[in-house]
Amino acid sequence: MYRSQVLICGGTGCTSSGSMKIADKLEEEIAKNGLADEVKVVRTGCFGLCALGPIMIVYPEGTFYSTVNIDDIPEIVEEHLLKGRIVTRLVYDETVAQNEIKSLNETNFYKKQKRVALRNCGVINPENIEEYIGVDGYQALYKVLKEMTPDDVIKTILDSGLRGRGGGGFPTGKKWQLAKDLVKDADQKYVCCNADEGDPGAFMDRSILEGDPHALIEAMAIAGYAIGATQGYVYVRAEYPIAVNRLQIAINQAKEYGMLGDNIFDTDFSFNLEIRLGAGAFVCGEETALMTSIEGNRGEPRPRPPFPAESGLFRKPTVLNNVETYANIPQIILKGVEWFTSMGTERSKGTKVFALGGKINNTGLVEIPMGTTLREVVYEIGGGIPNGKKFKAAQTGGPSGGCIPTELIDVEIDYDNLIAIGSMMGSGGLIVMDEDNCMVDIAKFFLEFTVDESCGKCTPCRIGTKRLYEMLEKVTSGNATLEDIDKMEKLCYYIKNNSLCGLGQTAPNPVLSTLKYFKDEYLAHVVDKKCPAGVCQDLLTYKIVEDKCKGCTACARACPVGAISGTVKQPHVIDTSKCIKCGACMSKCKFAAIIKE
Amino acid sequence: MGSTEKKSVPFNGTAEQEKALREVIAAHKDQQGALMPILQQAQDIYGYLPIEVQTIIAEETGIPLEKIYGVVTFYAQFSLFPKGKYKISVCLGTACYVKGSGDLYNKLKEKLSLEDGECTPDGKFSLEACRCIGACGLAPVLTINDDVYGKLTVKDLDDVLAKYAD
Repeated sequence: MYRSQVLICGGTGCTSSGSMKIADKLEEEIAKNGLADEVKVVRTGCFGLCALGPIMIVYPEGTFYSTVNIDDIPEIVEEHLLKGRIVTRLVYDETVAQNEIKSLNETNFYKKQKRVALRNCGVINPENIEEYIGVDGYQALYKVLKEMTPDDVIKTILDSGLRGRGGGGFPTGKKWQLAKDLVKDADQKYVCCNADEGDPGAFMDRSILEGDPHALIEAMAIAGYAIGATQGYVYVRAEYPIAVNRLQIAINQAKEYGMLGDNIFDTDFSFNLEIRLGAGAFVCGEETALMTSIEGNRGEPRPRPPFPAESGLFRKPTVLNNVETYANIPQIILKGVEWFTSMGTERSKGTKVFALGGKINNTGLVEIPMGTTLREVVYEIGGGIPNGKKFKAAQTGGPSGGCIPTELIDVEIDYDNLIAIGSMMGSGGLIVMDEDNCMVDIAKFFLEFTVDESCGKCTPCRIGTKRLYEMLEKVTSGNATLEDIDKMEKLCYYIKNNSLCGLGQTAPNPVLSTLKYFKDEYLAHVVDKKCPAGVCQDLLTYKIVEDKCKGCTACARACPVGAISGTVKQPHVIDTSKCIKCGACMSKCKFAAIIKE
Repeated sequence: MGSTEKKSVPFNGTAEQEKALREVIAAHKDQQGALMPILQQAQDIYGYLPIEVQTIIAEETGIPLEKIYGVVTFYAQFSLFPKGKYKISVCLGTACYVKGSGDLYNKLKEKLSLEDGECTPDGKFSLEACRCIGACGLAPVLTINDDVYGKLTVKDLDDVLAKYAD
């Protein structure tokens, strides 16, 4: 028994800021102070509050240290771990209240969250199966194999109302039922996991793989039992090395402990799991493309029907769910349908994990009950917008989704509400934008991404997205006419209706939703040739305000093209015909004398 | 398909590398859909996937070479060409371009006898053009691996390259 445990985040965010070096240093200092038998260092998965990384928690007190520096470690060990005095200076300030340290769960960031899929992330050591077993791990699998028939399992999942967390929101139980019943005499079936999380700015699946890989393994085995499959594949992006490594460790341990392999828990049920790595193709997040990729082909989608439940991987009946969906399964089995359906809205049960990013104070991972309003997410959990700027919109669903404007900030987040307002749940990226973001530019950014990632198999997507991107470029460069806007909208619907797979069918969404809610911004670009947010370079001019300029010449020296002239101590002037709008002058000016408009 | 004509390091796979590759292929012999894992490990062994390596894989697995080539060129992670030990990227963003980065780029092409995306035969330098790296105040800029060089003229290039003499 250790008297104290120090949990340090080993997720990708904190690791990038040196948390593993900090963990080594901690162990070194602990040993130096003779505490090696009393204090244990645990490297966990993501805590969620990535903005404050590297993060560590000291138990039993529950002291939350944030933005820890390696040089702080000797002090923390000597003061806190040896002498029992909390180093208040380094404690997350939200937890410090009138000479006492509050529990993390009372802070704004955590108090409205409800952790189901992320329940073990940042709590257990993901590289040790016994820690997972210690928090009821593999009990759901035991219960399923010993006490339930496959139909019982499917009924439970159906009744729970769980819907696919990868974006589409298809009922998971329905998917399993189809895979079980559609083809009666299949000699082989497969269970697949989509961990090819490709949306820019989304990283919930990565965090679950890094922080709680056994939950995924357990859930996939349960799915295997339910549909009658003995083989599973996890398709992970190769860009997630820590996640791949931890999942492989977990699979090896599960085999060693008999949770994978032949005759699990001395039953007739056998199940094996293999990792397959992606190779950098966004389209492989689409279910049929993912399967063609596992088969060893170019990752191009196939027409549906036949749906994977009938003819999926290697043309066998297949169930494919994403990581977060699976992470919910063991707890639904253990805690029951009633518990799960007590969270969420009428048609969207449970919780959803979002990766909060963009112009928001608390960037990181949050898990909220369905039905939480966007306002609560942005202003309470997210801590609002930095620098006192105004909220403009939130983008959900990444390149397939749309934006939610200020007037809809009180929308309760669930599958159907988001679809109704022209966005979508998506896999869970939630990017906040403020008044400095140009919505046309955002749409263009996402389109550039889809143009790049279109696999090229079908024409509407391959050529349509490219043409749409060119039209957006025309808008942001001030060369578009009102007729172009109409054409753009028509093309959007054409691409949506005629593309083969989800990538193309959703690619125009960022354009359509910005057109719907921010038409005035498009019109400003087209009619007035202005970019109201001051983003689109071609529509901007830099100017020096005469009364503010002191003639210090800093701007003239910074200008790469010699566009600024003037004598020392006299107001300077920018020659707009030479100016390339790089902004170097503006960042050099100490007197805020340079403006863009 | 101009990309196949790019100048590159001649293939000089070693006997050890080939042995390692054949072992990888043998290990995946009975696995369904083994091509991707084989290609990934082959790229770990050789650093890239030249046609010679693809040919070995084709012969050993019986998968047609044209299919292997199709897969290799589909995924961003697979590379047909080796990167140099020192990767030179010249910024051709507007600010750098007007300050003469195009001249730098052309001079480097001439000095190293390379076209965009190519690598010198000794495997030392590879050259590519990149978009704005946000260091417009230092224009014109190029980067070599993680080092940034700014305010360069064509005359400075020899000194810069000399730093990577080893």
